[in-house]
Amino acid sequence: MPYQLIWLIFFLPVISFAIISLFIRPLVKAESKVAGYITITALFGCLGLSIWTLVTVMGSPHHELDVPQISWIVINGFPFNVGIMVDSLTAVMLVVVSTVSLMVQIYSQGYMHGDPGYHRYYAWMSLFTASMLGLVMASSLLFAFIFWEMVGLCSYLLIGFWFHKPSAADAAKKAFIVTRLGDFGFMAGILLLYKTTGTLDIAELHHLAITGALAGTTLTWAAIGIFAGAAGKSAQFPLHVWLPDAMEGPTPVSALIHAATMVAAGVFLVARTLPLFVNSIEAMTTVAIIGGFTAIFAASMGLVMTDIKRVIAYSTISQLGYMMLGLGAAGLGLIHQGHITLEAAKAAAAIGIFHLFNHAFFKALLFLGAGSVNHATGTFDMRLMGGLRKVMPWTYATFLIGSLSLAGIWPLAGFWSKDEILISAMENQPFLFVLVMITVFMTAFYIFRVVFMTFAGEYRGGSPEAHDAHPHESPLVMVAPMVVLAILAVVAGLWNVTGHFGAFMGHGETKGFVEGFFGIFTHGLPWISLVLAGSGILLAYAMYSARWISPERIGAMFKPFYTLFFRKYWFDELYENVFVKTALLKGLFAGFEVIDRDGVDGAVNGVANTAVATGRTIRRAQTGQLQLYGLIMGIGIVVIVLAIYYLA
Amino acid sequence: MDFNWLTWIIFLPVVGAVVIAIIPGLSSRAIKWLAVIFTAVPFALSIYLFAIFDKTAIGAIQFEEKVSWIPAINAHYHVGVDGISLPLVVLMAFLGILVVLISWKINLRPREYFAWLLLLETSILGVFTSLDLLLFFLFWEIEVIPMYFLISIWGAGRKEYSAIKYVIYTLFGGAFMLSGILSLYFTTGSLNMVEIAQGGLAMVQSIMPATGLFVLLIIGFAIKLPVFPLHTWLPDAHTDAPTAVSVVLAGALLKMGGYGMIRVCVSILPDVAKTFAPLMMILAVIGVLYGAAVTLRQTDIKRLIAYSSVSHMGYVLLGIFALGQVSLVGASLQMFSHGVITGLLFAMAGVVMHNVEERDISKLGGLARQIPIIAVFFSLAGLASLGLPLTSGFAAEFLVFVGSFSSTTVAGVQVYTILAVLGVVVTAGYILWMLQRVFYGPVLEQYNGVPDADVLERIYMGAFVAVIILIGIRPDILTNVITTGIMPVVQLLGG
Repeated sequence: MPYQLIWLIFFLPVISFAIISLFIRPLVKAESKVAGYITITALFGCLGLSIWTLVTVMGSPHHELDVPQISWIVINGFPFNVGIMVDSLTAVMLVVVSTVSLMVQIYSQGYMHGDPGYHRYYAWMSLFTASMLGLVMASSLLFAFIFWEMVGLCSYLLIGFWFHKPSAADAAKKAFIVTRLGDFGFMAGILLLYKTTGTLDIAELHHLAITGALAGTTLTWAAIGIFAGAAGKSAQFPLHVWLPDAMEGPTPVSALIHAATMVAAGVFLVARTLPLFVNSIEAMTTVAIIGGFTAIFAASMGLVMTDIKRVIAYSTISQLGYMMLGLGAAGLGLIHQGHITLEAAKAAAAIGIFHLFNHAFFKALLFLGAGSVNHATGTFDMRLMGGLRKVMPWTYATFLIGSLSLAGIWPLAGFWSKDEILISAMENQPFLFVLVMITVFMTAFYIFRVVFMTFAGEYRGGSPEAHDAHPHESPLVMVAPMVVLAILAVVAGLWNVTGHFGAFMGHGETKGFVEGFFGIFTHGLPWISLVLAGSGILLAYAMYSARWISPERIGAMFKPFYTLFFRKYWFDELYENVFVKTALLKGLFAGFEVIDRDGVDGAVNGVANTAVATGRTIRRAQTGQLQLYGLIMGIGIVVIVLAIYYLA
Repeated sequence: MDFNWLTWIIFLPVVGAVVIAIIPGLSSRAIKWLAVIFTAVPFALSIYLFAIFDKTAIGAIQFEEKVSWIPAINAHYHVGVDGISLPLVVLMAFLGILVVLISWKINLRPREYFAWLLLLETSILGVFTSLDLLLFFLFWEIEVIPMYFLISIWGAGRKEYSAIKYVIYTLFGGAFMLSGILSLYFTTGSLNMVEIAQGGLAMVQSIMPATGLFVLLIIGFAIKLPVFPLHTWLPDAHTDAPTAVSVVLAGALLKMGGYGMIRVCVSILPDVAKTFAPLMMILAVIGVLYGAAVTLRQTDIKRLIAYSSVSHMGYVLLGIFALGQVSLVGASLQMFSHGVITGLLFAMAGVVMHNVEERDISKLGGLARQIPIIAVFFSLAGLASLGLPLTSGFAAEFLVFVGSFSSTTVAGVQVYTILAVLGVVVTAGYILWMLQRVFYGPVLEQYNGVPDADVLERIYMGAFVAVIILIGIRPDILTNVITTGIMPVVQLLGG
């Protein structure tokens, strides 16, 4: 496969972005759908090329294609290269990104129809997709960082798409700044790696780490720096605060951000640099602990939210925690084994990335479903929904499939990847294992709470401002992508039933389909996790559909917990009010401003005023009376003569 | 050399100034067109010069012209460019024509205004091309005169205060610089910058310790860059200056400081520069963080951008005094990049202030609906300023960071660099805060009917953005040239 074609995967959406922003937006009326068609055509091209790349990579030795690098800046022997690398990880990510993005763009044709910013929307969506595709192909950390920031920018633009809403503008700014805090770590990691090794080429860094040339505290700090960047993008504790607010953007944007772009970037980055992490037990443990903790921490907040998108947003954070835990636990497993090869290190990413792969489909599906519901009811508040099962059968069916997949019900996609993470955690991190097992129960509960509140029972009226009191099913252009994603949410997990996904990512044993499909139940763990998930669903049913148990009474019973979860552990207040507004803006920075005005500049003006005042005083000496001058001169001469006399 | 390229580039603007000043009865329109011609030609020449500049000759001074000027003190009219100065010449020539376009709506005493503006361009071009210290100093001091008049007549607010403050600061630094130059002259008997740098001061008996020389020379440059705590003239001058002057001031004038540090302080006194490096880097970090923090507190749109310059020039100072090859290239690129980006920011602030007639950020809002084109360009400028990849701001900051962090010349440089990287987060804070407060949020009724950018404004905004993105994607266009100029400096440093 000629490598120019792989570059085309990145350039197709770039071209789409350029055409829309340079020609379509200034020249074509806002009602025209042509911008959407251009984007969708470009992404069809991307998807085709991505699948072709995947097939080519599968057929090539070491599952890697050789692509020439391009030098970006060369300073007398210090080259800074850019370029693409295509291995199994890249190929999988390309397929995920282009599939989900394509589905989202098709869906948006319906959802964004009639929005005055229609062209702008597709221009940014194109750029967003291009940036993410560029990121997953980048062969050097520098190139990756460039796209990393572009992904952040596009999220900023799309979250703040309806910029006239102050909440949207705030959310966009918050997303950018919080993730940039993580990027500070990423940049520091890059600087440290470049200083130590003189290269930023990912393959070379892998090699140096595996051979032990890059090791010790340097490696640990560099890896932790990279993980800080990843934690920002993937909304891991304590940088998780931006993601729930990010739903201020149009819902298809949330679907893309939560499934295949933005948040996936963090997990991808850790997977990409996993050969570095597995040579530092401290860094790998950090990833596992942060991931495992985030999984249960975010799920707890998802339990009590009443906004459908917020629940799904916390679910994303929680699932990203699973992925990080998957990477961390597998990496720790490898470290304990001892002998670390490059293949083994790359293969350790398989578990986490497999969950990313499956999660992308069902999470995009859930968001698109939430958008469809919003399209019908005019609200995201589940307390105003209910009973939509009857009027929105397609949305209901697909949403249900997505929920079952998220809850990890056999044999849907989510089951397979979550199960692997649980096994890996059980073997390597028993304490975290307990936490995420509890999270399995919580996940099933919160997502089925959404299902029952939204679709079961009677309709509770929707948004008070809605034009149409009767909700209806969404048009085909929105339903069709949901159906495609629903199919993927069922079957995507089958890839690794036989162990072939793991084998593709690095190495691993493969087995027969039937053996894998049913043989999983020879272990005890799947039984336990299924029972936990099932009881979560049952509890949700009991509380929100059958009403055997009153949610209000449960809420009152666990009032402190309820408040804690509902107020999001007061992290927003802590960051915004205590840190930013009080400590920094009103405290330190205001202090600086006073120093600048009264201290530094005050000194300058003080010098000037003193000079003026001195001049004013001394001026009095210039009386113009010759006798006085003569007298002073005489005194002066006498003083000088006496001085010379005594000193000599 | 058969054609005196540099002389033409330097003096065409001042010829234009004289023409505008002496031809009686010129209409305002004719004056502006004359100004366009007398800035467009130097710009075209500078681009041509850049194209034919030999990018393989390491450290060679090119397009050199040398004529004896004052034989008694061995002073020459001596100009020439190398990889360090050429990008700055192009930058000034580029800004030169753009500020004429930016000033198109000036109708208060246009004859004087454009004459001063053109003289200002000549003096700055002279600073970047002079290879004779006396000539350098002459151009350096001439620049104060047009600046004084431009701020105090066409400015706003406390314009006389700010203009005088600017003059006093510059003359204060200039006095030290002159004594430094004289000391150099009496030590070496030469005023030739290149010769002194190559000859090495260690060879001759100095009349004063090298440390003293360094301090004398750097004060003037530090004021101009500006370096904390010598920066307080800058917010005042920017706030009260007319738009075009702010553009030149931030775009090119500040760079005289950074250029002087590399060309004079570091090249002539490399060993002292090493001794002073930790102090200068501490000041750089203070400039970056403290500057960014104070920026966050500003509510005047121009003052905010002015303080952001203090922060961004901290990166230049860091890159210079990390004394590494890559860091020096990064600092030079950052000077160019900041010139274009902040030039655009001030131009945009000018357009907003002119059209909206309001400069207090707390009273603005929702303008993206009413003036979408201005909003797009302002946002692009802001994103470049916060160092977004694919803009020149990222390429420059990245090279400064990576170059400083891996520099081996100075101990402890990593700590300073990491602290400076933290500034990037605060920068994102104030840029996004400003954009949000000015352009986003609910539409305000009182700004209905505010005109969006006209054709002329779109042209110059587009020109700025084109350069920002071109250098962002292909920084090697500049870095290849800059590297040839930096390499001899690095050799002097023994690195």
